[in-house]
Parts: sequence; C-alpha cells; structure tokens
Amino acid sequence: MTRPRRVSLFATCLIDQFFPAVGMSVVRVLERCGLEVDFPEGQTCCGQPAFNSGYHPEARAVARSWLKAFASSEVVVAPSGSCVSMIRNFYPELFHDSPSELAEARALAARTYEFSEFLVNVLKLDDVGAPARPGVVTLHDSCHLLRELKLKDPARRLLAHVPDLELKEMIASTECCGFGGTFAVKFGPLSSALADDKLKEAVATGASEVVACDMSCLMHLDGRARRSGLPIRCRHLAEVLAGES
Amino acid sequence: MGLDQRIDVALENLHLQQALTSVCRGFYTVREQAAAAVPDWEELRSRANAAKREVIENLPRYLDQLEAAVKARGGQVFRAVDGAAACRYIGEVMSRRNVRTVVKSKSMATEEIELNHFLEHAGVEPVETDLGEYIIQLAGEAPFHIIAPSIHKTRYDVAKLFKEKLNVDLDPNDIPGMCALARRTLREKFLNAGVGISGVNMAVAETGTVVIVENEGNARLCTSVPPVHIAVMGIEKVIPRVPDLAVFLKLLARSATGQKLSSYTSFLSGPRREGEPDGPEEFHVIFLDNGRSKIQANPRTREALYCIRCGACLNVCPVYRKIGGHAYPWVYSGPIGAILSPQIQGLDAEPKLPFASSLCGACREVCPVKIRIPELLLELRQTEVETAPQRHTWERLAFRIWAWTMQRSWAYELGGLMARWLGDSMPLGPAAVWAKTRELPKPPANSFRELWRKRGSRP
Repeated sequence: MTRPRRVSLFATCLIDQFFPAVGMSVVRVLERCGLEVDFPEGQTCCGQPAFNSGYHPEARAVARSWLKAFASSEVVVAPSGSCVSMIRNFYPELFHDSPSELAEARALAARTYEFSEFLVNVLKLDDVGAPARPGVVTLHDSCHLLRELKLKDPARRLLAHVPDLELKEMIASTECCGFGGTFAVKFGPLSSALADDKLKEAVATGASEVVACDMSCLMHLDGRARRSGLPIRCRHLAEVLAGES
Repeated sequence: MGLDQRIDVALENLHLQQALTSVCRGFYTVREQAAAAVPDWEELRSRANAAKREVIENLPRYLDQLEAAVKARGGQVFRAVDGAAACRYIGEVMSRRNVRTVVKSKSMATEEIELNHFLEHAGVEPVETDLGEYIIQLAGEAPFHIIAPSIHKTRYDVAKLFKEKLNVDLDPNDIPGMCALARRTLREKFLNAGVGISGVNMAVAETGTVVIVENEGNARLCTSVPPVHIAVMGIEKVIPRVPDLAVFLKLLARSATGQKLSSYTSFLSGPRREGEPDGPEEFHVIFLDNGRSKIQANPRTREALYCIRCGACLNVCPVYRKIGGHAYPWVYSGPIGAILSPQIQGLDAEPKLPFASSLCGACREVCPVKIRIPELLLELRQTEVETAPQRHTWERLAFRIWAWTMQRSWAYELGGLMARWLGDSMPLGPAAVWAKTRELPKPPANSFRELWRKRGSRP
C-alpha cells in the first residue's frame, strides 16, 4: 500500500485502562515517523475475551461496535498481536453468516495492522529514531503475533536499531508465557507455572527487561516476576522505541 | 478427582515437569531438524490433509472398500460399534482357540477400549510387548504420552518395578541389563502366545494392507509368531491408496521421533497363504467406531479424525509439558486429547477440558496433517457454553454485562474507572484469582483516553 499520512490508533482496552503510558509511547513513535494519529473515541474492546470463552453472540455484538468505531479510518494500528489476530483471523468466522458485515470486517481487517508490523512492513522502517537505551533486553514472541500473524522479524529489526541496546535471545522465546486470556484465571496456578518457565529463561540471558508486543503477556509475566521477586522488568516494544525509562 | 485437582497434583511434581520439558523439547528439536531436511515438508502436510479430508468425508465408502480388500486376501473383518463389541469379538476368538496368553504391540485403540481389563476378567493373560507399554502395564497405569507411554518413569522407578513384579534385583544404572531382562521375559511370551494383537497405523483401502510402524520389532513378532493376528483399527485410519503411504510414512516418523522412518515398518496383507513360510493362520481386522461416527457427523469438528497419533502436538504443548498425560481425563492426552476426548466421551465427562489451553497454537503449527486444534478447541468451548448453560450461569451473566458495557464507550469508561479503583483496593472475581499467584498491575490514575483528551489532538 502507499504510505499513509494518518492512522487511527486502536489502543486496546487493556492498554487504554491499565497501561496508558504504552498507548502514549505508540503515539510518540508514530508521530516521530511523521504520521498524524487519531483516536476514535467509540472504541472499546475487540471482543476476543467472549469469543475465546465460547460466547459468540456477545463477541459479535462487541465486534460490531468495533467495526462501527473504526468505519471511517483509513488505517488502524494496534499495539497488540492478539487483538489484531482477532480482527484479521476470527472476525470472518464471527460474521460468516452475515455477508454485509463479513465484507465490512474483511475490508477493515485488511487495513488494520499490528504496531511492529506497521512500522516495518508498511512504513518500511527498521530505524524509527529510538533514543539510546544502554543495556540488555530479551524478546518474548507472543503466540498470536508469531503464529497467527506470522510476525517474528519486525520487533527484532526495530530493536536492532535502538542505539546501545543489546538483544539477547532467550531459549524457547517462541514458547507460550501462559497468559491465554481467561485461561490465566480459569487455570491460575498452571498459568503462573508457565510464566515461571518463561521468566527463568529470560533471567538466564542476563537481560534486565523482557520486551514483547502484547501487554497481556507482559502484564502476566510482570505480575509473576514481581510476586517472585525476580530482577527483571517487562516492557512493551513501543516503550523501548519511544525511550520510556 | 476433577481436572483442577489432577492439575494441582501434577504441578507439585517439579522434577517431573523438568524431565518432561527436556524430553519434549528434545522430541521437538529432532522433529524440527527432520522436517527442515525435507524440502517439500509443507507440501506433504497439505497433501496429507487433503487425503485425510477425502477419507473422512467419504468414510463409509472407504471402509467398504477396505473390508472387501481384506476379505479378498483371506482376512476377516469385524465392525465394532463400541469398545464392548470389540472386546466381545476378541473374547470369542480367544475361547474358540482356547487361548491363555495374548501378546500385544503398542496400540492406543486397545488402551481406549481397556482391552487388557477385559482379557484379565476373561482369564486370559495380556502381555504388552512394547517396552514402555510393558513398564506401565506392570505399574498398572495408563500411557503418559501417546508415543512414549512411560516417559514419566525414571530408571529408579523401573528398577523398583522390576524388583516388585519380576522379582529380579537390578542396578538402576544398568539400563541395558533392564532392557535385556524385559526382552528375555517377553521372548517367552511371544513363543507361547495363542494370539497377537496390534493396533493399526494405516490401512490401505485398495489393497487391504495393514501398516504398522514401530522401533522395537515387537509388533512384527506379535503379528507373525502367534497363529492368530487381530489388528484393532480406529475407523479413521483407512487411507485410500498405496501412493498415499509415501506421504504418511514420510510425515509420521519424522513428526513423532525425528526419524526418517521407524526401525520397522510392516505391511500386512492377510493371513499366511499356501507355500508361505510364516505369518498367522487367522488375520482379523476390527474396525472400531466407538464414537468416531459421531465425530464424523459434525463437519465443524471432524478434522480431529485426521490424527495419525504422532504425538508432536503433545511435545510442543506448554500445558502438556506442565501437567503430563495422567492429568487428562482419558487415554488421549495433550492437545489432540483435548479435542478427541470431549467429542467421544461427551463434554459432561470433563467440561473444563477444552478451556485448559492458552490457545498458543504451537500444536497447529507442528501437526503433520494440519488439524486446526485451537480452532476446534474454540468450537468445543462454544458447544459447551451453549449446550450446558446450567454450568455457566454466572459466567454468561458476566459476559452479557460485559458485552452491554463494551458497546457503550461511556459505560466502558465508567467500568474502567471502577476496575482501576477496585483493582487497587479490593480485587474481586477474576482479579482476586489473578492476585493469588501474581501481582496485579498498578492501576494508573488516568486511562489513555483521558490523557489523550488532556493532550488535545496535536502535541
């Protein structure tokens, strides 16, 4: 596609309500790349929690209002692989028996991008002018970003251009962190045990930060790391690129 | 014990989790290497998927063809509607031939129908001859893994078991010695067994050939030494033509153990014919339905029947690696178990099983026949909440309120404000469960949209 001038931010409900600094970081990076950012106020959630729990009518109702909120957007950017996968891969399933909504969902999904994907694959930028960040980080490949959107390289390419930052890959970076949406509370101890495995590999790299493209994984890992007193912090890629300390 | 309790038990055994993770990562690594060495791997997966789709969508026709082909070669076919029918048929063969000992090679289908229990009650001694199966038979346990049934047993466990059950003292570090003991014991059984029972990896409809892959040679002995061979086959194991074997054999061993081909691949077509030096006098193939027709009837979830039981999805599954095979409600564990068991046993047997997944999708990525396991889990979740509303009264109410709220940005904003306020002072519901094992995020004073409004549309 041609390089857009204006993008609509889908902040995701989690970032909007609990991690506003990540949302601001996304805006700063996009503006630094010369884009005009808008935030359609009608947005709430993509509907994934209900869809993944088996409540399709409820998910459909929320998905419908998502489509309405972004109907006039030229391009939508969201700092979450999981939410973008919901829109791109599962909205068609959700609206399979409603041709007009299906067409609308497909059209909007085709102009909706995950943050790192948008920077690297659409804007064709590996270097977004991130400030120097001395230190070692490690990267967690979020499952839906990796396996449903097939995005493994963009985050790595962006991190490679952050001055003074060293990316040390952990063993099994592609293994699940154990969050899994409602799984995290339906199977709390199991979910946390999976976070322990992930954190063990992350700490073993010597990194001081785990970076990922999904706040849900990071909220889970950070919550477990703090509970266990581990010396590692969890940061969204946008925060690193924006230079958030 | 329910699923939650079994998970709790499994989570207490840290040693087992570490061992399981290292074994599974090992299997995963050799599978990756084996797959990478085949240039048309993805093409093979697509062809296997297409062949399975063709079979499952036309199952009755292929079973008729297979039955005719087996009979044409002098074999006998029995169609068992369920496990009890299969066991009865096997029991009849035993009494007709007055059999006391049966040797078995590894078969998930016979685990599924609990054939060993049936035989023991009928006064017949069943002997598992695959080393892993032999170990769990001595221990009185179910398989822990589809292809590696006793991976949860250490050498010390095995030495102790052999001491208890076979009354032989062996050094736990003498693994070759333990293997030799099993081999000696089993060799006797092979020579004295009246019937050999095997599973079936594939059965070729056009030729009536039963294909069995294995690494120990025990299946070949089971199917050729005793005078009778009974092969128990889940009806989904039929494949159309001989050339399809080139696809499935290439995929199966690589996906399972990273081998190009397993050590033994047997093609068995009928009983011994005139002038042949060996082979059984009788050759029976049991077509086991046991709920499979019910799965086949549902076009949205029937691809669970494409499974070739390679175990690759178990090896990559983060949940399986933590909880192991015995936490699952039935003999099939891991991701494939989570989509097969609810469909065969019914969701009532373990309603939470389809929810016990983070939906990470690692299983879908390795499945050699491209079963969309996460999507099937989602289907089963939907079926569960829609067909058993009594189990989801509160959750349904919560999602209705949630959906109402999420369709109104003012209500959502108000809800967010409350969640941030409560999250800090008095976590409720899911937040309280979360906080048992993890810290909650520190709630910010303002939401993003509040910051955005304060900032104005341009900086």
